[in-house]
Amino acid sequence: MTEPAAIACQDLSKGYRSVQALDQISLSIAPGECVALVGPNGAGKSTLFKLCLGLVKQSAGTLSVLECSPDELRFSQVKQRLGFLPEQAQFQGSLSAHETLRFFARLKGADPAENDNLLARVRLSEAAGRRVSTYSKGMRQRLGLAQALIGTPDLLLLDEPMSGLDPEARHNFFQILDEEKARGAAIILSSHILTELEARTDRVAILSQGSLKAFGTIAALRSELNLRPRIRLHADSAQMGKLAVRFADRFDQQTFMNGQAVLECAPGQKLQLLRELMQDDLKLEALDIIEPSLEQVFAAHTQSGDRT
Amino acid sequence: MKQIVIVAAKELTDGMRNRWVLIVTALMAALALVLTLLGSTPAGTTKIDALAVTIVSLSSLSIFFVPLIALLLSYDAVVAEEERGTLLLLLSYPLARWHVIAGKFCGHFILLSFSIVVGFGIAGLAIGLNSQQAFAEQSWAGFFWLIGSSTLLGAIFLALGLAASAIVRERGTAAGAAIGIWLLFVLVYDLGLIGLLASSAGQNLSDGLITGLLLANPTDIYRMLNLTGSAEAAALSAMTGLTGPNAIPAPVLTVLLCAWIAVPLAAACLLFGRRKL
Repeated sequence: MTEPAAIACQDLSKGYRSVQALDQISLSIAPGECVALVGPNGAGKSTLFKLCLGLVKQSAGTLSVLECSPDELRFSQVKQRLGFLPEQAQFQGSLSAHETLRFFARLKGADPAENDNLLARVRLSEAAGRRVSTYSKGMRQRLGLAQALIGTPDLLLLDEPMSGLDPEARHNFFQILDEEKARGAAIILSSHILTELEARTDRVAILSQGSLKAFGTIAALRSELNLRPRIRLHADSAQMGKLAVRFADRFDQQTFMNGQAVLECAPGQKLQLLRELMQDDLKLEALDIIEPSLEQVFAAHTQSGDRT
Repeated sequence: MKQIVIVAAKELTDGMRNRWVLIVTALMAALALVLTLLGSTPAGTTKIDALAVTIVSLSSLSIFFVPLIALLLSYDAVVAEEERGTLLLLLSYPLARWHVIAGKFCGHFILLSFSIVVGFGIAGLAIGLNSQQAFAEQSWAGFFWLIGSSTLLGAIFLALGLAASAIVRERGTAAGAAIGIWLLFVLVYDLGLIGLLASSAGQNLSDGLITGLLLANPTDIYRMLNLTGSAEAAALSAMTGLTGPNAIPAPVLTVLLCAWIAVPLAAACLLFGRRKL
């Protein structure tokens, strides 16, 4: 028997007076799954978060969060199992991180004794006694993540969680994300830093102008769009000459002129091409495989959305 | 109920941490002391209870000062949280929107009450100890009544400030609304009423209607409650016309003050419940 979805929505729509913020979104996120929500500003990402938190009511469609509709009275209890990090997390500046987490833990009915552990996980233990008003943006973001983790939530809703984080903090953030996934928490996160999401998320939902343009694994989205992986080669001019003759139909002429050669692979032909390149008579200095990036997938979907 | 207590406790911590309580209590005590010590100077020669003079002086101070402090405390309670970006996070937790309003109201009420009790208490003690009358024989009941009713007056304007904060979208607008509320109830309303009574139209107004118009303003209810509570206070404040058999009983006035708290507070809860995020 499959586990019930952490979030399931069908034809979910939300309209404001003159704007259709979400238009017939249908998706499902399983426990232990990490889904990236990507889209340009105003695509409807924050509206989706607000709907999941029961802060706004949908205009049409159905939504179930941890097997409960946000309209139901018992959703208040379900909220104890949710963790939310808003875009640009802000806190009462006069309170310390300790006091802030104690306040939120009490609201959630969680054990405040766990707060020290949460602060350690986000590496804020040393600054925990300081007023939040003295924190940098990155520190506030880390505190925001710590508060989202209060009460070991079954569902984490993270709106731009990497904003303001330095590379080390981002690495720590993804570590925490992996730990949360491993214990079975479903995670939905929105971000503009697409390159870092690629390796860390199970599926990607691309939103544009309130519509769900694509939803699936990055590999599936690449293949849907017929985006081809490329192989970049470095070799001396003699070898380049040979390459030019042998792979004439697959060369990118511009990069070839710059002392590099970039070959495009047809879908499913990557290994075959690599075998051909490894033949004895070709002396390559270096070789890089460039997979179509999430940015390309994102651009292809949002551009096609703009045309329609 | 637990959620209300948690929100109130946070407001208390915040109020104490940013020294709001300290500043307001010191200001309240300083103003009350100056007013009572200077205001009670004639008591020695007129043989009037010095504390009764203090009650009249402090009532006049409270009518201007307490609503102002209360509005300063509550006018941005909701809108500032929204502007700061903390409201969305707070409401993502398992608490109803009215819990937020009720918690903020309770926290602010405790802060304001503390300032009033300590600030006025210091002034009362100073005048009581310096008086020629025996300490126990002074008008302490009237003085405690003044402190109690001042906290109620504060609560009314806290609730009005919260209601304003729940309606508006920007902090600047909330500040404007708070100033408008203060001007209306503390200055403009009474000026209008005096103007009406002084005009020819006022001569045709019945006593009942005039009383009704007075009860429509919480500061007037407060004034009636404190300045007509004792014969001495009424005489000192020239309010004897409102005493005697036609006077509105103090319990009725107290209930009306409480109603003035309940209605705007309920409106604040309702408005915040409908607020679009």
